[in-house]
Amino acid sequence: MSTIRGRVWKYGDNVDTDAIIPARYLNVSAEDELAAHCMEDMDVEFAQEVEAGDIIVAGKNFGCGSSREHAPVAIKACGVSCVVAKTFARIFFRNAINIGLPILECPDAVEGAAPDQILEIDLASGVIRNVSTGEEYRATPYPAFMLEIIDAGGLVPYTREKLNQKDKA
Amino acid sequence: MEKRRPLTMAQKILAAHVSEEVHVGDFADVEVDMVLANDITAPLAIKEFERLGVDDVFDRERITLVPDHFAPNKDIKSAEQCKLMREFAHAHGIVHYFEVGKMGIEHALLPEQGLVLPGDVVVGADSHTCTYGALGAFATGMGSTDIAVAMATGSIWMRVPETKRIIYEGELQPWVSGKDLILYTIGRIGVDGALYQALEFTGPTIDALPMSGRFTMANMAVEAGAMAGLFPVDEETEAYVSQRAERAYEVYSSDAGADYAQVIEIDASAIEPQVAFPHLPSNAKPLSRVEPIEIDQVVIGSCTNGRWDDLVQAAEILRGRQVNDNLRCIIIPGTQAIYLRAVREGLAEVFVQAGAVFSTPTCGPCLGGHMGVLAAGERCVSTTNRNFVGRMGHVESEIYLASPAVAAASAVLGHIGGPEEVLLAGQVPI
Ligand code: SF4
Repeated sequence: MSTIRGRVWKYGDNVDTDAIIPARYLNVSAEDELAAHCMEDMDVEFAQEVEAGDIIVAGKNFGCGSSREHAPVAIKACGVSCVVAKTFARIFFRNAINIGLPILECPDAVEGAAPDQILEIDLASGVIRNVSTGEEYRATPYPAFMLEIIDAGGLVPYTREKLNQKDKA
Repeated sequence: MEKRRPLTMAQKILAAHVSEEVHVGDFADVEVDMVLANDITAPLAIKEFERLGVDDVFDRERITLVPDHFAPNKDIKSAEQCKLMREFAHAHGIVHYFEVGKMGIEHALLPEQGLVLPGDVVVGADSHTCTYGALGAFATGMGSTDIAVAMATGSIWMRVPETKRIIYEGELQPWVSGKDLILYTIGRIGVDGALYQALEFTGPTIDALPMSGRFTMANMAVEAGAMAGLFPVDEETEAYVSQRAERAYEVYSSDAGADYAQVIEIDASAIEPQVAFPHLPSNAKPLSRVEPIEIDQVVIGSCTNGRWDDLVQAAEILRGRQVNDNLRCIIIPGTQAIYLRAVREGLAEVFVQAGAVFSTPTCGPCLGGHMGVLAAGERCVSTTNRNFVGRMGHVESEIYLASPAVAAASAVLGHIGGPEEVLLAGQVPI
């Protein structure tokens, strides 16, 4: 896992997956088409102006609502390097881990961040540094089990490895 | 025998599907009894399934695929997605693939077909998979990659949740249903009030609640952030299941003294019909505090309220009355079986005579797909489960969530109101 550096896009509580990718675009599953409409109903500028490496910072219960994996897929395909939130909705959390989109829970970092500031994140240690303010925060560490999935590069490679081991046994 | 530690029913069901003992907070690979996906989530799941490098699914009788969201195909792109799922189902001999004309909205369909039973672990690439908790199953929504792995291996990782118990006491007022109980509850605990937890719905009010009301409540557990929403299995459940089950099942119940994260007691006799205002399901208000807001559309249907009892409630109000000239009323049964019964027993006629649309099953307007998308500035009273910004159409449209009774009454009145207002208005049924 590496260090991430990017610009903050800040949102509030309960950002739902209909806001992240509206259902009217779910008649496709191509990543670039989903990315083109990411956050559209909340922030029309996001998809046009987001740059590779940028970071979404949000309040409580990010990704609530529909289970659509298209939501973290769209965010990742936009080039977003990490989502930092106070808490995540359960299904979004597992979807992000499963597809290899880095996400961190850290209420203090969210409180301390403003739009367009620069954050530096060390994923291995969970340390979030707000370059613009100089403040440093520590995110809730991942449980060991999730680290295994993250280290494997997502749930598909993780499962492939497990299946291979079973075959060999 | 060694005395076991008291457990909640959620813990017991999960423990029975894991090879080792599990505790709250543990991560475990859980064996599943049924895996579900739909025309939106299956295409992604199939893509990931193919990356797994397995030849076949774990069990072709334990997977259900339903084209319900944008089906009957609403456009060419949706047609391609449905085609992809259909071809996968045929290639792998998926037994429970339901073609248009035989399908229903997945969470109304699976229980009706006896595909989910008490004590099961069910995972679905759809957040409202939690509906089956009404049967005393542990059912939870996940993403497409999860479902790909479950289809390939028959198991998937979960974190064993804590349980929050809600006890309802008292007799319900007239026209108060499961929908009102759950909207009230979400209003109290909030949209993240049960985040990462299982909810358990119990108490004398629940004992007297029909299966339809239990399905409605379990369905919306996810709107409080819950992983699952479980009901105890009783005679009502057994009566429902016994007509449908084609395999054996196990009944689990919570032990006295089991450890709960929280126990909340609710006096259900004090609950009025509820309306959840835009743009969160937790913005619930009692009907008596709702101004007569003018509306443009009413939708009665969805996995929350598209069941037989819901249509009966709507018909009681619409029989011999007319849908207000200033709005459209769209009624969508949950499954083909409900549709057929509505035709046979005259409900279809009641709805069409009243000037409502009565269509074949589909999710349609619930997620702003088709069959009733909202324009800018339009307001809709809907029996669905989400009133998020843009959920049913334009970002400037508004959704008010309510029961079938309130929705049907509002359709007659032209503004948000309850059955009693319709009856008082003196529009006597013919
Ligand atoms: S009816 Fe609505 S909530 Fe239910 S499965 Fe369909 S889209 Fe989802």
